[in-house]
Amino acid sequence: MRRIAHSLAATVALAASAFAVPALAQDVTITNATVATGDGSEPIANGTVVVRGGAVVYAGPAAGAPAAAGQAIDAQGGWVTPGLFATLTDIGIVDVFGVSNSNDTTARGSPFSAAIDIAPAVNPAAQNVAISRAGGVTRATVAPEATTSIFAGQGAVIDLGDDRDAVMRPRAFQYVELGEGGARLAGGSRASAHALLRNALREATNYGEDARLTGDTRNARVTTGDDLPLDPRMTGRAERDGDVLLTRFDAAALVPVVTGQQVLYVEVDRAQDILNALDLKREFPNLRMVLVGAAEGWMVADQIAASGVPVITHPLTDLPSSFEQLAATQSNVGRMVDAGVTVGIGRFNDMNHARYAPQQAGNLVGLARVPGATGLTWGEAFAAITSIPAAISGYEGRAGVLAPGAYGDVVIWDGDPLELTSAPLRVWIDGVEQPLDNHQSRLRERYRDLDEDELPKAYDW
Amino acid sequence: MRHLVTVLGALALSACAATGDGSDGEDVASAPAPAEWDNPYPSTYRAYPGVPTALVGATVFDGAGGQIDNGTVLFADGKVVGVGGADLAIPDGYLRIDGTGKYVTPGIIDIHSHLGDYPSPQVAAHSDGNEATSPTTPEVWAEHSVWPQDPGFSRALANGGVTSLQILPGSANLMGGRAVTLKNVPSRTVQGMKFPGAPYSLKMACGENPKRVYGGRGRMPSTRMGNYAVNRQTWIKARDYDGKKRDLGMETLKGVLDGEILIQNHCYRADEMAQVMDMADEMGYRVTAFHHAVESYKIGDLLREKDVCSAVWADWFGFKMEAYDAIPENAALLHQAGACVIIHSDDANGIQRLNQEASKAQADGRRMGIEITDAQAIGWITLNAAKGMGIDAMTGSLETGKMADVVLWNGNPLSVYSRPEMVWVDGALLYDANDPKRRPVSDFELGQPGEGDVK
Repeated sequence: MRRIAHSLAATVALAASAFAVPALAQDVTITNATVATGDGSEPIANGTVVVRGGAVVYAGPAAGAPAAAGQAIDAQGGWVTPGLFATLTDIGIVDVFGVSNSNDTTARGSPFSAAIDIAPAVNPAAQNVAISRAGGVTRATVAPEATTSIFAGQGAVIDLGDDRDAVMRPRAFQYVELGEGGARLAGGSRASAHALLRNALREATNYGEDARLTGDTRNARVTTGDDLPLDPRMTGRAERDGDVLLTRFDAAALVPVVTGQQVLYVEVDRAQDILNALDLKREFPNLRMVLVGAAEGWMVADQIAASGVPVITHPLTDLPSSFEQLAATQSNVGRMVDAGVTVGIGRFNDMNHARYAPQQAGNLVGLARVPGATGLTWGEAFAAITSIPAAISGYEGRAGVLAPGAYGDVVIWDGDPLELTSAPLRVWIDGVEQPLDNHQSRLRERYRDLDEDELPKAYDW
Repeated sequence: MRHLVTVLGALALSACAATGDGSDGEDVASAPAPAEWDNPYPSTYRAYPGVPTALVGATVFDGAGGQIDNGTVLFADGKVVGVGGADLAIPDGYLRIDGTGKYVTPGIIDIHSHLGDYPSPQVAAHSDGNEATSPTTPEVWAEHSVWPQDPGFSRALANGGVTSLQILPGSANLMGGRAVTLKNVPSRTVQGMKFPGAPYSLKMACGENPKRVYGGRGRMPSTRMGNYAVNRQTWIKARDYDGKKRDLGMETLKGVLDGEILIQNHCYRADEMAQVMDMADEMGYRVTAFHHAVESYKIGDLLREKDVCSAVWADWFGFKMEAYDAIPENAALLHQAGACVIIHSDDANGIQRLNQEASKAQADGRRMGIEITDAQAIGWITLNAAKGMGIDAMTGSLETGKMADVVLWNGNPLSVYSRPEMVWVDGALLYDANDPKRRPVSDFELGQPGEGDVK
């Protein structure tokens, strides 16, 4: 599914129909809907959405829609939106958070840090995939958590389709924790965390150069048994010079970070920590960063905006939970957005499920009505859980948005998707309609009543 | 005597001095407690001044399941004076507040909070919620841990309209200690927040937490059967306690057996709740509410028959094994079964949005065909919570004579777009969204970045 969708994404919609379409993808025309495209605009009354060949062809007023094709669906006044794009989740890598055997977010005993690549841990059949999908989430980023080093490792972009092909892009970003958490992992101080980070990035810089010097080692005498070429950095030198802070793999994993091929997610909350993180770009000019957390971002919003670095944050943080979050406020997102910062809502892990994204966005709309507070418009808030996190994750125009050429990720809701009373009725990913059943919905059906007159509940399935 | 104290609060103190030591026996009336047991940390809470106020034109959810469109709510001298329609006469001298397009509810009540015991900032020095040094610590009192300067109280007031809350010790222990019920008013002392006349509760926990905490240390309990064994043995000891020699833990357990102290029992699984109810029958006490209770929907009939409330989240799920069968329809299925439903937070952020959690639980029910009115859903976070805390005769609904704990919302509180506009506690206006000074700032926040922000 993913590969086909990728090929479609770069193709204009009309041309897409010339490609072989996925077996299950259906052309769909949805009418009689309030359409929210996710791009920050306000919803469109009496809108139409057309999906062909797994991609969006049209989303807009009914008047301008192309001729109906494929399955015709009357949304009966419901809402139609792109699928939600959830960033920094544990979707697919946890069954039960507190059952360590089932939880791949952390690796306390691992010798590796930056080298950790979460992709092989992703299980498309995990319940939090199914439950998030039923909540309208169609794409997500998945990240490991830092446990043995300030580097957590590399996150992946996934889709939540009901198939075995979840990982869209492995090693999509590297994650580093600074601030209080980074300080703890670095031995107890922010200063140490910064020294560790700089050392690691310099190591990676040198490592990349060393690897180039050793040249290409692929030849007939060096085989791996599976016909894969060895990375030259793994064969060129027996060992690196007396370094105890990074393993070979960890240093190699940071090479694309210093070259700017891979985005570095930096977790910081305190205003001063944010400025210090942004300063890293002067020292490592190719760094491409995303700030994560940024609870005090509003205090340095102008500097963040000037840097062009986007932010992923939890929007309802308003308690001084730590000394790096003293100025936490629910107005943080609104103030940053007003200053020109690109802000996506994210960090859905543990008890903060990705399906809560609409509630969190809706709260920012409600906040806009509180005197003295700064919230978001409806369009801005919805973009913060769709197109913006998608763009931050490298999928601008392709995910989290209903626009020609975007993935055919479509959700029909029974009402305003940001409202507490609303829920998805139908969900498509890449034009393929998705099942919305899961462990929870099956329990709900089993326990609709408590009747055991004929047989125990165990037979009620 | 203790039962008097719990009802009358500080007023009973003087009367206690006249009673002698209690004697043996299980008869509550014949076993008065020694004077020194009684209320040694009395409430010093007093209502702040208010003005006679008439809220007119708003939609009123009275907390008891009633809805009045274009309603009138009158309060003065800290009490509700009248609740009715547009035709309800407004006495002279009342401040008239136009609530057209807005909503009025009783103050929101959280039956399960750790504010003050696990305050912000969440640093080790502040971790005062679990006396995790023994499987049973009925001798500890949560109020002795509460830090009244926790900034979380003000957020619960301003964002959640919370006017009363029960602070529980944590769930590391089978018997975690006494809870305390507070009015959500800023105070220099805990006593200044204590809800006058609220009964005490004992926090108990079943399931994974106690066995994990103590099993992890190689001591009993390390299993669920160990949990029950330690509990039962402790109850047997409490039944034999004659009160002649003071024992703080036994005093609390005796209070439970005498029906004066309520039981708030952390318990997730349906099968375990059924066993706890049997244990309560065996030992002669009653569970007032199961907390967390994510599987209550499997035994709604048992809970209704036993008249035990379930204090639940709307849709927390999967964070631990005993939460794996949590479903968002839990509250609605319980409601359908005729059992008592309370929405609780157990969370410094969640307490700011209990109204939203009630709304989600209501909507999940409606989606499966269970109709729950808005007014009933509001009851889950007002009167039902008060019932579970034993304060429903005093607050939890807008009824004449009850405390004037009132929230004026700028829209339907079951909408994500609505927020409290004004909050009164005992008739005193303690939050006003339109008045930046009518908003508490804790000592901790003074002079810090973000001081006085709307938050």
